[in-house]
Amino acid sequence: GAGGFRKRKHDNFPHGQRREEKENVNPSSPLMTSFKSFQLELDTRHDKYERLVKLSRDITIESKRTIFLLHRYISAPSGEEVLNESEVKLDAVRRKIKQVAQELIGEDMYQFHRAISPGLQEYIEAVSFQYFIKTRSLISIEEINKQLIFTAEDREETTNMTSNSQDKQPHTWSLRVTPVDYLLGVADLTGELMRLCISSVGNGDIDTPFELSQFLRQIYDGFTFIGNTGPYEVSKKLYTLKQSLAKVENACYTLKVRGSEIPKHMLADVFSAKTELIDQEEGLP
Amino acid sequence: MSVSAMFVALQGALTADQDIREEIRKVVQALEQTAREMLTLLQGVHQGPGFQDIPKKCQKAREHFSTVRTQMESLKTKFPADQYYRFHEHWRFVLQRLVFLAAFVVYLETETLVTREAVAEILGIEADRERGFHLDIEDYLSGVLTLASELARLAVNSVTAGDYSRPLRISTFINELDSGFRLLNLKNDSLRKRYDGLKYDVKKIEEVVYDLSIRGLNKEATGGAGGEK
Repeated sequence: GAGGFRKRKHDNFPHGQRREEKENVNPSSPLMTSFKSFQLELDTRHDKYERLVKLSRDITIESKRTIFLLHRYISAPSGEEVLNESEVKLDAVRRKIKQVAQELIGEDMYQFHRAISPGLQEYIEAVSFQYFIKTRSLISIEEINKQLIFTAEDREETTNMTSNSQDKQPHTWSLRVTPVDYLLGVADLTGELMRLCISSVGNGDIDTPFELSQFLRQIYDGFTFIGNTGPYEVSKKLYTLKQSLAKVENACYTLKVRGSEIPKHMLADVFSAKTELIDQEEGLP
Repeated sequence: MSVSAMFVALQGALTADQDIREEIRKVVQALEQTAREMLTLLQGVHQGPGFQDIPKKCQKAREHFSTVRTQMESLKTKFPADQYYRFHEHWRFVLQRLVFLAAFVVYLETETLVTREAVAEILGIEADRERGFHLDIEDYLSGVLTLASELARLAVNSVTAGDYSRPLRISTFINELDSGFRLLNLKNDSLRKRYDGLKYDVKKIEEVVYDLSIRGLNKEATGGAGGEK
């Protein structure tokens, strides 16, 4: 009743007044002029941010596809072909990262870090997965950064860059992956390695799981060494990492104990039953 | 390089990072202390007798800003100059608070909105990112929005203290500020949330002006500045 009436009155009151003020405010006053420049500055910043988010999404999608492709490595008749194809894909991703680096010329990278971080992590995951398949070792952060140094290819880019950049070397520019992005990317890599372990058993490969469990243990030890010095996200990944390691270790256990008893063609069945069991256990608190 | 060597190196980087953050936090705590002292000082203007001493209070607050400038100087030395946004979160809050305090002092003195350049100068930092430790535009705008709520409160209290002309001047000021903010295309972030509160400050001041005008108190005070309405 009365309350409702009062509310309506208050709603209407500012509206009439507002229209009136708009005319009262001098559009060329110092305050309005400076706000117009703020509008421009904020819009420029937001546009750049949006462009980077979009690039980051593209990087994520392409990196995910590369990872899927690399999972086919084991089953493919010629692994070489898969690796070559993955290299082509990663080159495409790096071209996107080059665009990111171009957007960031003359900027403080950390200002836009949140926009690009997910894409970079996914890229690190893909590139370190490929590196593992090729060399059976962990790619270092320096190695990743080395691949992210870009040179200007055509004239248009060069002119564009010299006008914006404060860089001492006008013909190359680079993007540096932060230690935290690297760690998060590597933590995701362990999930992929776990999948690789499962699928290699499916292919009758009984050496890879042991190799993987050793490699994962090294990474896990590394993460425990870092412990909670890192940011919260890193410690959060530690839990999932432990689960992946447990799955791989259990797989090795099964292979060791029962591998000699079971004919090779049945290994996969035994194994998938075992992993299901682990999945169920995870559901419990 | 072995996996464990890599992780040792990474751990080193993370520890170095933490040390920097620790140092920054110490200076920021000192800045917060200064900001609190200034705020307490300026809160005096809301009480009856405080209205007569506004220039004196501003004078005193200005003295505090020299402490702020030395503390800012020390903050600048705690981290690499090109990594401003990496550690931005640590001083964001106190910087917004200081912008508000500077803007409040300048408003009390001149009844105008302090420019971004002027705030930067008062705080002893740069207005431009290119030149070093700077004042981020969003922090500046946040500080200005805090000023708006403080002025809404000041309008109410000036009426209580018998100053009937101040609310009218505040009203004009806030309206201009509101039009300024309406020019901005804000993203759905914290600044936008703060901006959403501005309309309540505008409304509050309009109500004060309305109360004064229906009683004819505005004419009495100013000789008809807002009396034609």
